[in-house]
Amino acid sequence: MTQETHSKQNKSALSNVLNCTLNWVDERFPLTSNIKAHLTEYYAPKNFNFWYFFGSLALLVLVLQILTGIFLTMHYKPDANLAFGSVEYIMRDVPWGWLIRYMHSTGASMFFVVVYLHMFRGIIYGSYRNPRELIWLFGVAIFLALMGEAFFGYLLPWGQMSYWGAQVIVNLFSTIPFIGPDVSEWLRGDYLVSDATLNRFFAFHVIALPLVLLGLVVAHLIALHEVGSNNPDGVEIKKLKDKKTGVPLDGIPFHPYYTVKDLVGVSAFLIVFTVILFFAPEMGGYFLEANNFIPADPLKTPAHIAPVWYFTPYYSILRAVPPILNSQFPGVAAMGLSVVAFAFLPWLDKSPVKSIRYRGGLYKAWLAAFVVSFLVLGYLGTVPSNVWGQFGAWLGGADRATVVARFFTVVYFLFFALMPWYTAKDKTKPVPERVTG
Amino acid sequence: MKIINKLRKALLMLLVLPLAAVAGDEAHLDKAPIDASDYASLQRGAKTFVNYCLNCHSANYMRYNRLLEIGLTEKQIKENLLFTGEKVGDTMKVAIDKNDAKKWFGAAPPDLSVEVRARGADWVYSYMRGFYRDSTSPTGWGNCVFDPVYCKVSMPHVLYELQGEQELNHETHELKLVKPGQLSVEQYDVLVGDLTNFMAYMAEPAKLQRNQLGWFVLLFLGVLLVLTYRLKKAYWKEIH
Amino acid sequence: MSDNQNDKHQADSQSCGCSQVDLEKRNFLIATSAVGALGCAAVAVPFVKSMTPSERAKAAGAPVEVDISKIEPGTVLTAEWRGQPVWIISRTDEMTAELSKNHDQLSDPNAEVSSQQPAYCKNEGRSIKPNIGVVVGICTHLGCSPTEKLKAGGDMGDGWQGGFFCPCHGSKFDLAGRVFKGSPAPVNLVVPPHKYLSENLLLIGVDNEDKA
Repeated sequence: MTQETHSKQNKSALSNVLNCTLNWVDERFPLTSNIKAHLTEYYAPKNFNFWYFFGSLALLVLVLQILTGIFLTMHYKPDANLAFGSVEYIMRDVPWGWLIRYMHSTGASMFFVVVYLHMFRGIIYGSYRNPRELIWLFGVAIFLALMGEAFFGYLLPWGQMSYWGAQVIVNLFSTIPFIGPDVSEWLRGDYLVSDATLNRFFAFHVIALPLVLLGLVVAHLIALHEVGSNNPDGVEIKKLKDKKTGVPLDGIPFHPYYTVKDLVGVSAFLIVFTVILFFAPEMGGYFLEANNFIPADPLKTPAHIAPVWYFTPYYSILRAVPPILNSQFPGVAAMGLSVVAFAFLPWLDKSPVKSIRYRGGLYKAWLAAFVVSFLVLGYLGTVPSNVWGQFGAWLGGADRATVVARFFTVVYFLFFALMPWYTAKDKTKPVPERVTG
Repeated sequence: MKIINKLRKALLMLLVLPLAAVAGDEAHLDKAPIDASDYASLQRGAKTFVNYCLNCHSANYMRYNRLLEIGLTEKQIKENLLFTGEKVGDTMKVAIDKNDAKKWFGAAPPDLSVEVRARGADWVYSYMRGFYRDSTSPTGWGNCVFDPVYCKVSMPHVLYELQGEQELNHETHELKLVKPGQLSVEQYDVLVGDLTNFMAYMAEPAKLQRNQLGWFVLLFLGVLLVLTYRLKKAYWKEIH
Repeated sequence: MSDNQNDKHQADSQSCGCSQVDLEKRNFLIATSAVGALGCAAVAVPFVKSMTPSERAKAAGAPVEVDISKIEPGTVLTAEWRGQPVWIISRTDEMTAELSKNHDQLSDPNAEVSSQQPAYCKNEGRSIKPNIGVVVGICTHLGCSPTEKLKAGGDMGDGWQGGFFCPCHGSKFDLAGRVFKGSPAPVNLVVPPHKYLSENLLLIGVDNEDKA
């Protein structure tokens, strides 16, 4: 026998062993069929563009947060007397602790960057429309859970911003008529934000919400794979299938095509992530706030407190709504509604087309107005309301920034409230049979 | 045309505003000479910090033996910086009692480990150069960096023998040296600069390592990006 | 069976018209996998290292100085190093003489097992100075701390020349920390790295060879 045949035999022996093992597993667990259903025979439209990177990136950041979180938990102490010090301990004494902590803090902000872009993708291409309403609802739930996760996690470093941020947010609940004060006391477990609060926020942050998040992500993906992905044309690729194989004509297997494509996205994303992590982890005070390097002091509020950037649009809305009948509740309700409003999109949108590519100018104008509102409100939430000075007596000397915030708050809500009207009235273009380019 | 101009102005406003907001009603700050790779400066700063600041302020998260990183030897640390009974692995603790301190100064001196991250290096640099004689204040000193509105400060000017005494012109808000100290103005600025540099280092000792490592990671990711891009191209050439 | 499969493979590759391996795909797949694996390994390093002793732990586990001038001959001083008891055994001349007489009862009388003491303590007394022994007071069986039985005889029976007895499982050690045959403990007690800074000043935790 020649060497060649020898190696050929060895190879087939090896593949035999692998085959047998795979068979053994498949008889007990649907491994191959799952790989097929979700990767190699999950057919995704072939025209995904830049916007379609952010789903897989969100998953990447989730994994990164869980991993770094586990390692931080090994050194962090959820105790009001020790928490601040234990974070500095991680930053200095734990080998590579600074890297892991910065990965986690940068990851928190990047999670929101990625999720906001992912949501925006869903909006512009109408990914929330029939039959994908549930995917969208699961997504909104993920967004809510993520906000909770970020809020609870932000208390843990036990700096001034952690402390007063938690104080303000928990007090929002006390504006709920009748039961409010009891609710916020129950949330804190004390008469002020204290050790008890820190301890329970820790529990929520490291176990309760991560479990919820993971469950929702799984549901989000199962729902997605049931109905199939939308695409930049908003065309249903399942309508046109190959007669023989039943494969959508415009579909390609997720693996290998989108796995290798997403790897490009991952590499590019990691470059951005690295630049922030290694060269600007505070991101000019937006990712890590300067005041949070002062230990929490229940007796002294910092001169200017603002939430972390990803909450500021909603915070602006909260501040913009004036108290009604001496109650702050309308502001709180408006803030809550501004987040939950996204859940109603599938039923507010009456347009015959899904994708922005075939929508008319009316819709585009409203969307642009919404984006501008979101950004302006986001910016205004980071600064004190007197930042632009006051109007003259003709407007009662009101803060200019507050008036601007009120205007954009109205625009923000009109985007949702008027959607049934302007999407129905919009002049749409004809949608092609199959996906374009 | 008018509208476009207005829009442009509004856009400019949006870009500039974050800066303007920061500058707001806060004191003007001088730029601190920060260079984490200047070990000589860091060592001088460490000495000033231990001799002058560490009597009242702790740096509870900073270990003495971390100073090996900035080129000091264990022997130098032991002989020049440690108080009796301390070990090189100890953190920079302070003997002063918090309650006593509160009685004397009205507020307990804060821990300075991460002061620069909380206040900014420029703030510390300006603050330490911003003390002036104020006979109306209990400590005898005022500082408009600490308190831009009333110029009140509860910390006395610890370095006044070195700097001398300044006076505030209440009209122009400018400081003038009226009684020279042991150091010239330039020497004092260098001393405070070194001190600030050290405090900036102390606030995040891993910063230099972080920046250096960053370049290697970026280089690696650059290679990975090229490879993944080519891999994607190789697979996608069959998709039309 | 294997022949059949080979045939089938060939048939497969012919039917899809790609019997030629796509070299571009293969090369970039291999390169990307290799670089990616390298990256994952590199990322794993800081995570693994973060679980090693921190600076705080190292500071707490720093070498300990012990003044041995005040130990009565024939007694033991217990020092603490890295949270473990370290016995400084001051042996009288009789005790030292006894160390060479019990060799046939010991598992490792000449300290041959190199993991249990530094090279400079590879001798009968397992020490730098013949009458000062330094050992970690943790039984090499399952980690209990043995009890001092320094006096000859007594409740340890006739023939006992002084040493240590582990209450957990009955391991016996002599005054050099050498384990007696028949004990559950497999090897002698550990001698930590140590050195003398001066005649009476002992430094435990570091020696001249390394900076443990």
